[in-house]
Amino acid sequence: MRHIISVLLENESGSLARVVGLFAQRGYNIDSLTVAPTDDATMSRLTLVTHGNDQVIEQITKHLHKLIEVVKLQDLSESAHVERELMLIKVKATSNEQRDEVKRCADIFRGQIIDVTAKTFTIQVVGTSDKLDAFIEALKGSAIIEVARSGVSGISRGEKTLTL
Amino acid sequence: MTSQNTKTEMLSGAAMVIRALADEGVEYLYGYPGGAVLHIYDALFQQSKVKHVLVRHEQAATHMADAYARASGKAGVVLVTSGPGATNAVTGIATAYMDSIPMVVLTGQVMSHLIGGDAFQETDMLGISRPIVKHNMSVRRPEDIPYLIKKAFYIAQSGRPGPVVLDIPKDMTMPNEKYPYLYPETLKLRSYNPTAAGHPGQIKKAVNALLQAKRPIIYSGGGVIMGQASEELTALARKLNYPVTNTLMGLGAYPAGDPQFIGMLGMHGSYEANMTMHHADVILAVGARFDDRVTNNTKKFCPHATIIHIDIDPASISKTINAHIPIVGLVKPVLAAMVAQLEQKKAKPDGQALDSWWQQIEAWRSVHGGEYEQDTPVLKPQAVIEAVSRITKGEAYVTSDVGQHQMFAAQYYKFNKPNRWINSGGLGIMGFGLPAAMGVKLNYPDADVVCVTGEGSIQMNIQELSTCKQYGLGVKIINLNNGYLGMVKQWQDMNYESRYASSYMDSLPDFVKLAESYGHVGIRVSKPEELEPALERAFALKDQLVFLDIHVDPKEHVYPMHVPGGAMHEMFLSKTKRT
Ligand SMILES: Cc1cc2nc3c(=O)[nH]c(=O)nc-3n(C[C@H](O)[C@H](O)[C@H](O)COP(=O)(O)OP(=O)(O)OC[C@H]3O[C@@H](n4cnc5c(N)ncnc54)[C@H](O)[C@@H]3O)c2cc1C
Ligand SMILES: Cc1ncc(C[n+]2csc(CCOP(=O)(O)OP(=O)(O)O)c2C)c(N)n1
Ligand SMILES: [Mg+2]
Repeated sequence: MRHIISVLLENESGSLARVVGLFAQRGYNIDSLTVAPTDDATMSRLTLVTHGNDQVIEQITKHLHKLIEVVKLQDLSESAHVERELMLIKVKATSNEQRDEVKRCADIFRGQIIDVTAKTFTIQVVGTSDKLDAFIEALKGSAIIEVARSGVSGISRGEKTLTL
Repeated sequence: MTSQNTKTEMLSGAAMVIRALADEGVEYLYGYPGGAVLHIYDALFQQSKVKHVLVRHEQAATHMADAYARASGKAGVVLVTSGPGATNAVTGIATAYMDSIPMVVLTGQVMSHLIGGDAFQETDMLGISRPIVKHNMSVRRPEDIPYLIKKAFYIAQSGRPGPVVLDIPKDMTMPNEKYPYLYPETLKLRSYNPTAAGHPGQIKKAVNALLQAKRPIIYSGGGVIMGQASEELTALARKLNYPVTNTLMGLGAYPAGDPQFIGMLGMHGSYEANMTMHHADVILAVGARFDDRVTNNTKKFCPHATIIHIDIDPASISKTINAHIPIVGLVKPVLAAMVAQLEQKKAKPDGQALDSWWQQIEAWRSVHGGEYEQDTPVLKPQAVIEAVSRITKGEAYVTSDVGQHQMFAAQYYKFNKPNRWINSGGLGIMGFGLPAAMGVKLNYPDADVVCVTGEGSIQMNIQELSTCKQYGLGVKIINLNNGYLGMVKQWQDMNYESRYASSYMDSLPDFVKLAESYGHVGIRVSKPEELEPALERAFALKDQLVFLDIHVDPKEHVYPMHVPGGAMHEMFLSKTKRT
């Protein structure tokens, strides 16, 4: 099962390495990882996507909790939540026909073209990981040059929060 | 504010390190000097509160500190230099980590501005130690030193104990740069706040399950030793009259001489302990972590049992074996609460069921009962341990290395008190025994301290005989010399048709002469009748280190032994018998 775990982490040097090291050391999977400061400068918020059976996920959350610099964490996928990932994708677009096709596709996925040259388009798409996968799939016909994805970030719906 | 400020002492970073240790109540610091920590050593030299023990290899410093912690319950402290000093300490840090032992390791580091530049004697100690510490930190501003040292002790000693590394760049300890010193009395961290008392609802459930048991067993581990809860465990067990088994790390938590004690469980556990576990309907696991040396095949583990598990670390619970009634908390208050509830309830366990359960256990006890061949022309290692146990009345501190001798010590020494059996269970490290014995002897100079070792293991830290001379550490070394890496040989006998690939120790030194050359007493024992007089003589030489080189049967195996891949109750009982 896929899980999205959000972690509030003391903003100290080495704390990120500790989280990543834990996954490597204990053989857990990381499908994606994002980390950035929050409105509170002393804390970072880290979101990681992992998969495993219930027993593995239980151990992952327990071991994350054990890290001294982990302030709080939440398995977002356990309840209603919103998740988003951002993707920048550069595609070859030379002929008029090609350029029209890419534009149409971007529209359908509510993508924005954020850079244009005579030979390329760079498109920004935001959505769930599935949606980004689907967009890549849809562009398979045209020549994809480069893909940069942010990894998933998420937040729970409604009153539920991950704050101090 | 101003009046306080004028009183605040100004100290250099180096002086703060030592002063903070003194304020923490540290008496001994185990270590080895080098460039990166010379300022600290100079500060050490200029005071007398904290005493330094100079080992011959940094690994020994970590084991000394570790063993002190195992005997006293308080964190041991180590000081080593950067690079090679720090890497030599790694094995000892891993040892403490695997057995959840509180330890504070101060490692020197190159100047801050040189970090990352492959400077002389630079190693990324934070990176290297990360997977084998409870926590690690580095000093970025000298004025943070008191806080960081307090934090290191707090983390090492609370919750599930463990080693903490504090990396100190040399420029944080400059003798001429002084900062206000104030040692924090207490500390609170928003991100670390281990639970102490267990959940009352869970405790109630556990007590009810215990009272309904027809075939109960108490399985206790290292958590009861380090959690200083042996008294509470004993009270609970006596109140219920339930059988008690201990893990290798838990020996001494319940007195071995008591009839309710059924021995160690696990791979080399007693027949009765493993049988009782397998057939139990309720298992109370206390401060034990269902290690693979205990459970054997987890799929076949104790099929009839409801499992109650008390542990301070949620990650230990349901890790390998699912717990039906988990209780997260310190063993001491949780066991005390259970005893209190039993008293309050005035409920008694099912006496009839318990009678027949005890009858069954006694029958199992008579099947093997730790038997070994008697009256043989060659000394049996088991007989040596029994003699040591007798002479020291089960009250000595016994440290050990790793191998057959370790298992014989665990099986045949009758530990009647907690914190007396000091061995490396989780990492299983050869070379632990002698430095461990030294750490204990230094802190408990009047106690008998015995190191049970093998001719393989002792050579992994034999240089420490020199440290023993310098500090007058009169430990008794029981070298069960079988001329083989015996534990390896046993596996080769059982699984590789006795092909002894590199398990023979060729060209052994003359241990008696070796001991004498370091200024100690050496005694060789090669015949059974020489044993008792040699032991009497050794223990009578109170302040001397005595190296007893005891030649024992090289063919002996450790039994019982779990059948690989089997259940708890599947064991080899001798070279020819299995269940
Ligand atoms: C050659 C060899 C053979 C071995 N054979 C055996 C064998 O036959 N049988 C055997 O038992 N072991 C054996 N071992 C040791 C084995 O590898 C493990 O080290 C051991 O079984 C673990 O003991 P434990 O379960 O008591 O846990 P420990 O490692 O002592 O861990 C303690 C547990 O208690 C918890 N805890 C700590 N403090 C507290 C507290 N205050 N309150 C609550 N919880 C706390 C911790 O979180 C942890 O889960 C062998 C080792 C070697 C080297
Ligand atoms: C540092 C280290 N290296 C290797 C091992 C693997 N090992 C476990 S027991 C053992 C043999 C120990 O021999 P000895 O000290 O003579 O004890 P004996 O088994 O003969 O009693 C070995 C090599 C280990 N536990 N630790
Ligand atoms: Mg040997």
